[in-house]
Amino acid sequence: MQILDTPPLLRVTGLTKTFHMHHLDSVLHAFEGIDFALTAGEFILLRGANGAGKSTLLRTLWRSYLPVGGHIWYQSRLGEIDLARAADIDIALLRREEIGFVTQFLNARPRVAAEEIVAEPLRLAGRAGNEALEEARHWLNQFGVRPELWRAYPSTFSGGEQQKVNLARALVLPQRLLLLDEPTASLDAGARQALVRRLSDLKAAGVAMIGVFHYPGDVAELIDREISLTTRTLPQNSGQDDTRDEFNDERERYVAV
Amino acid sequence: MSLETNPRPLLPPQLVQTSPIVTMRDVGRRYGEVVALRHVDVTVYPGEVLGIVGESGSGKSTLLRMMNLEDAPDTGDYRLRLPGRDDGNLFALERYQQRMLRARHIGIVYQNPHLGLLMKHSSSGNVAERLLIAGERSFDVLRSKAREALDASEFPLSRMDHRPADLSGGMQQRVQLAKAIALEPALLLLDEPTTGLDVSIQALVLDTLKRLQRERRITMVLVSHDLGVIRTMADRVMVMRRGSVVEQGLADQVFQDPQHAYTQQLVHAKL
Repeated sequence: MQILDTPPLLRVTGLTKTFHMHHLDSVLHAFEGIDFALTAGEFILLRGANGAGKSTLLRTLWRSYLPVGGHIWYQSRLGEIDLARAADIDIALLRREEIGFVTQFLNARPRVAAEEIVAEPLRLAGRAGNEALEEARHWLNQFGVRPELWRAYPSTFSGGEQQKVNLARALVLPQRLLLLDEPTASLDAGARQALVRRLSDLKAAGVAMIGVFHYPGDVAELIDREISLTTRTLPQNSGQDDTRDEFNDERERYVAV
Repeated sequence: MSLETNPRPLLPPQLVQTSPIVTMRDVGRRYGEVVALRHVDVTVYPGEVLGIVGESGSGKSTLLRMMNLEDAPDTGDYRLRLPGRDDGNLFALERYQQRMLRARHIGIVYQNPHLGLLMKHSSSGNVAERLLIAGERSFDVLRSKAREALDASEFPLSRMDHRPADLSGGMQQRVQLAKAIALEPALLLLDEPTTGLDVSIQALVLDTLKRLQRERRITMVLVSHDLGVIRTMADRVMVMRRGSVVEQGLADQVFQDPQHAYTQQLVHAKL
């Protein structure tokens, strides 16, 4: 569903990430020269073997990893900006208002009730207290969190329940761009269906998504295009020493923990 | 790469239109032969928590004392954006002006409660003293504001007339915090606020700080050598070493993808 005369929401050119490990005095190549574009309402699946750099790419777009080369042109509501070079404070603003990162891990905070965790992004966006809470409960319900848990602290929840709270929070506010890092991992069937429904609604509303899925079948109906990192990645020493690259990938994952 | 270089200068924002609340430029300080601070720039935006990490002697506490106008640098410029005021470079003000500004607009919690509290006055009296300096005179207002600040700091009100000398370390920190936030400061400075407390008490105090930050959007600068504390609290992180800033960035980036050799050492040592 690409509309030809709309500029892409995200235009990535020559994106390169390496990790400079000072104590080993070595540079680890994660990926190099990645180019792709993502338009509003489009869903890109990232493919690649373990360690190919899929999660690294998502984290680089999110800027918890700093790119070392290339550009990430993003059409923000406030104007075009290169996320590869944007000021930290601009990134913080975009994370609050336009770009979401959905992982399988919840950063549970002590003494904050599940419903408050989910309502917080709505409140930050200016929604009134009660309204935000109502909507938060709606989404907790959708993801299958039982009502008796809504006012409890998720730090005591099981992993699966925490993940549902996390997804509800991450998806409660329609963002413009969603980075999805295996959000379906270890979800039960009901929650997985709720997630796919929510993603599908967001996609229909024009949210652009790029993600890694352990079982891409979960989201088969949403996928517009696939990017395979193994074929797009051009390590500096490619073609002469493949084992060396695998070694680097292993190290990269070690560093990324 | 040399350990002394900063690989990534702070970039000016393109999207964020709000001006910083704190702007410090080129702050330098020597004590005899020792360079405590060297060309330090600090920018803090409203509502954010800036964490400053570094080993002992890195200059982080010296910098915080400069922000609190307790100590003057050899060089540097310090602006605090306050509604309806323009005080220019705060380092250039007279001592009494600095004192008034500090009492009214800047709150601080020290690691050592003896620095922040009068141990033999009541806890509520300690908070009220702050309000008195700012010009509040009505006993009822003093009492109710002190009570409110202590309550917000999760201090048990049944003990508000106890002296800090008779309280535990965690409780003393709550009194300091109440005193620091009583006047709704533009800037809250935290100098190793939980160092020296047991781990469980430390978690409770951090929890209170988080809640205050969430509910009141207080701008905070938090100095700690404890990366766990910084990671829990900070939106952005500045890493200091030997009086210089070696790296700064979003907290998750500094912890997950540290750029500088020193920061890598620090982060790996923690893991």
